[in-house]
Amino acid sequence: MSNDIFVWIEQFNGQVAGPSWEAIGAARTLSGRLGGQVCACLFGQGVEALAKDAIAYGADKVFLADDPTLADFRLEPYAALMAELARQHGPAFILMGATFRGRDLGPAVAVELETGCVADCTALEFQDGQLVATRPIYAGKLLSTCTVPERRPAVFTLRGRAFPKPEPDPSRTGEVIRVAPVRKEEDIPSKVVGFQETVGGVNLADAAIIVSGGRGVGGPEGFEPIRELARVLKAAVGASRAAVDAGWIPYDHQVGQTGKTVSPDLYIACGISGSIQHQAGMRTSKVIVAINKDPEAPIFQLARYGIVGDLFKYVPALTAELKKRLGA
Amino acid sequence: MHIVVCTKQTPDSAAKLTVDAAGNVSWGDSPIVINPWDEYAVEEALLIKERLGGNATVTVISMGPEAALEALKHAIAMGADEAIRIWDPAFEGSDTLATSYVLAKAIQKMGDVDLVLFGKSAIDSQTGQVPVEVAYRLGFSPLTYVIKIAELDPAGKSITVERLLEQGRQVVKAPLPAVVGTIKGINEPRYPSFMGIRKATRAQYPVWSAADIGADPAKVGAAGSGVRWTRIFPPPAREGKAEIIQAETVEETVRILVDKLMAEKVI
Repeated sequence: MSNDIFVWIEQFNGQVAGPSWEAIGAARTLSGRLGGQVCACLFGQGVEALAKDAIAYGADKVFLADDPTLADFRLEPYAALMAELARQHGPAFILMGATFRGRDLGPAVAVELETGCVADCTALEFQDGQLVATRPIYAGKLLSTCTVPERRPAVFTLRGRAFPKPEPDPSRTGEVIRVAPVRKEEDIPSKVVGFQETVGGVNLADAAIIVSGGRGVGGPEGFEPIRELARVLKAAVGASRAAVDAGWIPYDHQVGQTGKTVSPDLYIACGISGSIQHQAGMRTSKVIVAINKDPEAPIFQLARYGIVGDLFKYVPALTAELKKRLGA
Repeated sequence: MHIVVCTKQTPDSAAKLTVDAAGNVSWGDSPIVINPWDEYAVEEALLIKERLGGNATVTVISMGPEAALEALKHAIAMGADEAIRIWDPAFEGSDTLATSYVLAKAIQKMGDVDLVLFGKSAIDSQTGQVPVEVAYRLGFSPLTYVIKIAELDPAGKSITVERLLEQGRQVVKAPLPAVVGTIKGINEPRYPSFMGIRKATRAQYPVWSAADIGADPAKVGAAGSGVRWTRIFPPPAREGKAEIIQAETVEETVRILVDKLMAEKVI
């Protein structure tokens, strides 16, 4: 076993998921203490150019597998290759973003290697020689700490935006090692037969700013001013469960315990009372702004700034003001 | 067709949680309920059975102590055919690696399973890892984040699903048997009927032990686990109340807000 740290670099159509770079940053910090190398695992087709990005962000070594069988993310070939690389090189830890794909790949690799996988970590630090992970449980109502005391490598998936994204340094150097896939196409049972991309939206998980609407928007058309504000801020559109359950906006937008957990720099809650379940999905946002008619709404306990009033007056006014200031 | 739904019990999602110095979590008067995500899995199993003209058996299983009965009873009341609780004191302290081993052994014991359904994750420990791990242990097709089963062909042994990922919907075709992790939006779970509740009260809930499923003692409980939980604690409190911005006019109010957000460097 080595003191190396593997990091899975997740890409979709050649775009690297933000949490992958954050994981490289976390691995760099840990390797400062551990002394091993940070090894990026980059799988896909036509993704060679991303190898130098991985080095710029902090990888010492890149295991590059470029092959048609890896073009789309599929668990079988990805987990088999990651596990094989881990068997050959014996890293101490494997890190990846706690994205949808990462939260599949982590446990699959863990079972292949009969080891522990800690999901959705928000902090990692060494204590008494053990790597201790902090992770939210009960939808963030409580926190827990976990270790993988004996088995190696240990797998950790890291929640997006919980770890700082490192500054890329184009002058960094590193080694790119080409590796072959371990599964042939005929040995991969799952076939990707289509992909319908979500059009024209900013992805909630990656968004630096989220504008969300709740029961107070009153109907599907009530989301128009929310979307307009989001466009000006280049923000993602979120929604409370009440708005989703009422059928005003698709489930993909739901933030909260039964929706997505987000952690943007700015979260603007419009007409959202702030139930405990909604708070669970957005309480780690850096700055929360609440616009709500009801001065007693629980969201005002969580928000840094509040406006008590009609969102249909304040949201368009805010959009107009931002257009002026941001020149949008 | 034999469909297995894996469930567990959790405190109600509205519960106010407290934790003592020893890390014991309590939830006051709030009830223990079926993990809310699992209701989608149970509903999907029942919908599949209905589509097949009743030509399927829906077995619901839960690994857990006596409290797990709540989850099983709810699933039976919704319409599941049979329920099995899987428990042994040796399972205490299992992480997802060990839990997936136990569930996989139980499913193997049944022998004829075509489809295993899960909720997205449990709302308490919320790892979301068990569905994939069970699929891997059984060698079943691992299909998670499923928002739609587009096609199910028991005779041709294939399934096509739509998976909701960050960038959109990935459509995947895979062979049966498969593990399907459901998410909200796949269906609208039914409420248990009066007859269903009566049935759940009278139903048998057999318990399978470690020996019953042929589990290797080294692979269950703390011994079979990779992850150890060291501490549970409340998150740091967020500071007090919002600063309410209220000026003479709407325009002035939003101007002040924008100034503050710019000063915070969040826009």
